[in-house]
Amino acid sequence: MQKMAATLGFLSVDCLVSFHIKKNYRKFQGLISFLIFSADYFNEGESLSEDSKLRFDTCQLLWQQMKSEAEELQEELNKNLFDKLIEFLEKSHLEFRKKSTNWNYQIKSREIPTAALVLGVNVTDHDLTFKGLTAMLRDTITPYVVSLQAKECPDVKHLLQKLASQVMGCHIDMESTEEEEEECVQLSQKKMHYSMAFLSTWYRNVTQKKGSESVNKKITSSSQWKKSPPIVIILKDIESFSTKVLQDFIIISSQYLHQLPIVLVLGIATSPIIIHRLLPHAVSFLCIELLQSLSCKEHLAKLLDKLLLTTRFPFKLNEKALQVLINIFLYHDFSVQNFIKGLQLAILEHFYSQPLSILCCDLPEVKRRIHSLSEDQCESIRRLPSFMRYVEKQTPEKQVASLTNERFLKGRMERKSLSLHIYHENFFIVLKCLHAFTSSLPKYPLGRQIRELYCACLEKNIWESQEYEPALQLLRMLAKDELMAILHKCVEVFRSSPGKQLGSTAEKLKEFLAQFQSLEESNEEENGSGSQQKGLQKTDLYHLQKSLLEMKELRSSNKKQTKFEVQRDKVVDMIDNLVRKYLFPPDTQTLYEVVYFTGAHTLREHLNAAPRIALHTALNNPYHYLKNQALKSEDDSIPNVAPDICIAYKLHLECSRLINVVDWSEAFATVVTAAEETDPNSTASEEIKEIIHARFIRAVSELELLGFIKPTKQKTDHVARLTWGGC
Amino acid sequence: MLPLENVVLCRESQVSSLMALFGERHHFSFPSIFIYGHKASGKTYVMKTLLKTSELPHVIVNCVECFTSRILLEQILNQLNCLHYSEDEYTSHIACDSFNDFVRLFKKVTQERGVDDQTVYIVLDKAEYLREMEANLLPAFLRLQELTNRNVTVIFLSQIVWEKFRPNTGCFEPFVMYFPDYSIGHLQKILSHDHPPEYSADFYAAYINILLGVFYTVCRDLKELRHLAALNFSKYCEPVVKGEANERDTRKLWRNIEPHLKKAMQTVYLREISSSQWEKLQQDDTEMGQLKGLSAHAHIELPYYSKFILIAAYLASYNPTRTDKRFFLKHHGKIKKTNFMKKHEKTSNHLLGPKPFPLDRLLAILYSIVDSRVAPTSNIFSQITSLVTLQLLTLVGHEDQLDGPKYKCTVSLDFVRAIARTVNFDIIKYLYDFL
Repeated sequence: MQKMAATLGFLSVDCLVSFHIKKNYRKFQGLISFLIFSADYFNEGESLSEDSKLRFDTCQLLWQQMKSEAEELQEELNKNLFDKLIEFLEKSHLEFRKKSTNWNYQIKSREIPTAALVLGVNVTDHDLTFKGLTAMLRDTITPYVVSLQAKECPDVKHLLQKLASQVMGCHIDMESTEEEEEECVQLSQKKMHYSMAFLSTWYRNVTQKKGSESVNKKITSSSQWKKSPPIVIILKDIESFSTKVLQDFIIISSQYLHQLPIVLVLGIATSPIIIHRLLPHAVSFLCIELLQSLSCKEHLAKLLDKLLLTTRFPFKLNEKALQVLINIFLYHDFSVQNFIKGLQLAILEHFYSQPLSILCCDLPEVKRRIHSLSEDQCESIRRLPSFMRYVEKQTPEKQVASLTNERFLKGRMERKSLSLHIYHENFFIVLKCLHAFTSSLPKYPLGRQIRELYCACLEKNIWESQEYEPALQLLRMLAKDELMAILHKCVEVFRSSPGKQLGSTAEKLKEFLAQFQSLEESNEEENGSGSQQKGLQKTDLYHLQKSLLEMKELRSSNKKQTKFEVQRDKVVDMIDNLVRKYLFPPDTQTLYEVVYFTGAHTLREHLNAAPRIALHTALNNPYHYLKNQALKSEDDSIPNVAPDICIAYKLHLECSRLINVVDWSEAFATVVTAAEETDPNSTASEEIKEIIHARFIRAVSELELLGFIKPTKQKTDHVARLTWGGC
Repeated sequence: MLPLENVVLCRESQVSSLMALFGERHHFSFPSIFIYGHKASGKTYVMKTLLKTSELPHVIVNCVECFTSRILLEQILNQLNCLHYSEDEYTSHIACDSFNDFVRLFKKVTQERGVDDQTVYIVLDKAEYLREMEANLLPAFLRLQELTNRNVTVIFLSQIVWEKFRPNTGCFEPFVMYFPDYSIGHLQKILSHDHPPEYSADFYAAYINILLGVFYTVCRDLKELRHLAALNFSKYCEPVVKGEANERDTRKLWRNIEPHLKKAMQTVYLREISSSQWEKLQQDDTEMGQLKGLSAHAHIELPYYSKFILIAAYLASYNPTRTDKRFFLKHHGKIKKTNFMKKHEKTSNHLLGPKPFPLDRLLAILYSIVDSRVAPTSNIFSQITSLVTLQLLTLVGHEDQLDGPKYKCTVSLDFVRAIARTVNFDIIKYLYDFL
C-alpha cells in the first residue's frame, strides 16, 4: 500500500471531506444568491460608483434574460413528459370513477396505478421537475398532490403522517372560507395518530360534501375527476426509501384502493429494475407504467444552443471556461442546474472583474454606451490586447488618431462592435452547418456533439486541426441521399437564423439541392468502370496482392467523375471555404475581451473545489492564506512563528503510519523554542515548557478534529495517521 | 346470505372445526386461536365470511396498518363501539393509550353494546406485525379472556408458524390451526366458481383448466391466478365472439390461448409490463415489439468519473487487498496467481459476494485506473455519496463515519462490464477471479 502511494504521488484521503460535501452545493448556491443581491460587491474597491452600478444592472438584466430562457426550455422539455403523465392519470382509476360492476373489474386484483418516472442520475435537477409537476397536477387534475422524500419517512408512521397532513393541508388551502366546525375536527385529529382508515373517512366526507359542485374551479379536466379527484403521491427518490417502509405502505394503500383513488408517481434516478429490487413482494400490487424523461446530455445540448450558440445574448465563454463547465457536467454530476449556476457565476465574475463589460449588451445599447464612455474607460480600451493588435495593423496616422483622439476611437469602437456582432452571426451559422456535415461521419472526427466542435473552433483555426482534413476526405465520399439530408439541414439553419449576412450562401445551398434533385430525376446511372472481374486465379499470396493492387490503380485512374461527384466536390469545397472564411477563433477579434469570459481558473476554483488540497496548503504553507511576511519560507523549513497546528502538521508529515507522540512533542518543542535562546536552567523555563506542552496538545487535538490522526490501540503512546504521503 | 358451503369452498374441515370451537353464542370459546398458512390460502376470507354469515359480534383488524399499539387498540375499541350502528353514524372516538386502559374500556364497551353475554371475536390479521410492537401486546392478547373476564376470543391470522411467535418468557398457548395450500383440484374448483355471467360455467372451467396447465408450475397463489384469469379471459373468448368457434370447440380455443398465456407468463406475471398495458396490447392486437419490459431499461447513464468510481469499487469489493499491488503497480514483478493464492481463496470471490473496503482503497484504485490525473475534489467525494444514495454502493457499518467509512459495491458483474465497456476499460483483466 505504501509503495502504491509513492507511485501515485502525494495522495491522501480525507474523510472529513466526504462529510461536508453534501452541504457544498447549497453553500455555493447561498454564495451566488448573496452575490447577486448585493450590488455592494461590485462597488467594492471601484472608484466609479455609477459605472459599477450600471455594470451590475447590465449583469442582472442579462442574467434574468438567460435564466428565463433556460426556464422556458426546461418547461418545454418537461411538457412532453407531463403530457404523458396526465394521459396516464386520466386512464387510471377509470373503473373507480365509473363505480363499475363489470365482472372483469370485480375479479381482477386491485392494483395501484403507478407511474415510474425515470429521470436520470442528476438528482439535483429533479427538484425542479417535481416542482413543475406538482404545480401542473394541482392546476389540471387534482388538489391532492403529495410529494414525499425518503428522509422524511424513516418509518410508516412518519410517512402516513406526512401524507395525511399534506393531503388535508391541500384541502385547507383551496378552501378560502374555512368553517369553524372543520377546524375543531382538525384539532381533535391532531391529537390522534393519522392512519389510512382515518384518511379514507376524511376523503369520503370531503368528496361527498362537495357532491356535484366542483372541487376546484381551476381544475379543467374531465368531469369524472371532479367528483373524486385522485390522490397523487409522488415519491421523489425511490432509491433511498427502505424496503420495509415502502412495502408496508403499498400493502396498506392497496387495501384502501376501493375507497381512495391513489396514484403513485415514483421518481427513479437509476433504472426501473430498482422497483423489483426494492419491492420483491409488493410489486404485485402495482400497475407500473414507465415514463422516461429526456436525457440530461440532450438537455445540455439544447441549453447550449439556446444560451451560448446564439447572438441573442452578448455574453460568451472562451474555450477554457466553457470546457471547465462542460467537464464538470460530464465528469462529475450530469446536472443541468449546476451548469446553469456555473454559467451564472461566470457572468457575475465577468462583469465584476472586467470593467469594460459595460459594453456587453445589445447592439443598439452598445452604441449608446460607447458615446458616453469616460476618458479612463477609453484608456482601458486602448490597453486591451485585442485592440492593440488592431491598432498595430493600421496606418500610422490612424494609429495616432485612435490612441489620442477620443471621438475617432469611439467611431472605431462602434464599427468594431458591429463587426463583432456580425462575426458571431456568421460564426454560429457556419458552425451549425459544419456540424450538420460532420456529425454523421463515421467515428466523428470533429466530435459528435456541437459543443465539441464549438470548443475546437474557439480554441484555434479549425482547419488547421489534424482531424479537419480527414473529415473533409470522408465528406467527399458521402452518398447522395446523405448529402441531400445534410443540405436540407443546412438550409434549415439558414432559415432559422435572423441574420441576412450569408444570403448568397443560402441561395447557393438551395441551388445545389435543386441540382441534386434534378440529378435524381434524370436518373442517369453510370455504368461505371464495368465489371473487371478477371476471375482471380489461384495464386500465391504475393501475386494475389499484386494483382489486386493493379486492379485498384486501374480503377482509380480509369474512373471518370460522375456528375454527382463533381457536384459533391463543389459542395464540400463550398463548406470548406465557408469554414476558412468565418470560423476563425474569437480571440482574433477586436474587443474580444469585452464579451468573452476568460477566467477559467476562477470557475474551476469555485465549482470544483478541492478542500483537501486547500487544507494541505493552509497547513503546509500558512503564508499562502495569512500573507504574513514572517511566515514566508523559501525552503521546506518550518518557521517557529507559524501557528502551532502548522508546525505539528509539518512534523507529522514526516512520520509513517504510526506516530510516537513523545517524539512528536519533543520535535515540536524544539521547533518552537528554536529561535528563543532561553536559559534551560532558569525557573521560568519550567513554566514555558508546560505552556509549550499545552500548545502541543491543543495542536494535536485540532489535527484529530480535522481528521488527520486518530488514537490507536495498536501501540501505546502512539497515534495513527489517517492520511498518507508527505514531504 | 348464501349458505356457508356455497361461498367457502374447499375449506370444509377447517370451517367445521372452527364452528365446533366457537360453539353456541353464549358459550365461552377457546381464549385464543392461531391460524397459519401460506398467503392466499383463504385464512382471512374464511374468517370473515364465517363470522359474517353466522352474525357473530366481531372485529377484524389488519395489523399492517397499525404501526403503533395505540392505533391497534383504538381501532379494536372503535370498531366494537360501532358494532350495531350503521356505518354513516358518527360515534364518539375512544382514545386508548395502554393495554391497561384497553382492558378497562373493553369491558365498558361490551357492556354498553350489550354483547357481554355472547362471545366477541377479535381477528388480528397479519399478526406477524405484532411481534415488532411492544413485548406485552402478544401475551396480553393471548389471554385477553382471562384479563377482561369477558367472553372473548382472539384469533390470530399469520403466514408464519406459531413457534416463531412464542416469546421466550413463555405465554398462554393458543389453539393452533393450519390452513394447507390448495391443491390443483381445489384451485380449479375455486377459480371456476366465479365465472362471468355471460358465459357458461363449463366454458369458464375449461379456460381455467388451460390456465392452470400453464401457470400451475410457477404460481399457486390463488389471488394471482384469479388476476391472470381475468386478464386473459377476453383473449380466450375472442374466437367465440368473432364467431370463428363455438364454446365447445376446446381444441381451437386452446390453440388460440396457449401461446398467449405463455407470453403472459414472461411479461405480465413478472410485472415486466403492467396489467393495463397488457390489456391494451390485447385490444390493439399489436406485437410486443415496441413495448419493452421494465428490465429492458437496465442501462444507467453515469458521469465519467462516477463510472470509474463504480469500477474501482467493484474491483475493491471483489479483489483481495493483497492483489492490489499486482494489478495497479507498474513494476510489480512477475507474480503469478498460484504464487500468492491462499487455500481459502480458491473459491471464487464472485460466489462469496462483495466485501467491504475502506474509502482510501477505493480512491487509490480510482487514481490508478483513470488515465488522466484526478484531483481529489469535493465533486469526487460527493459522487461517491451519490452512488450510495443511488444504491449502487452501500455504506457498511455506522459507528464512526469520520474515521474511514467502508463501502460495498452492490452492482452485478454484467452491469459493471457494460459500464466499463463505455469507457474502454477491460475490467476482466483486473479481476482476480478471472486471472
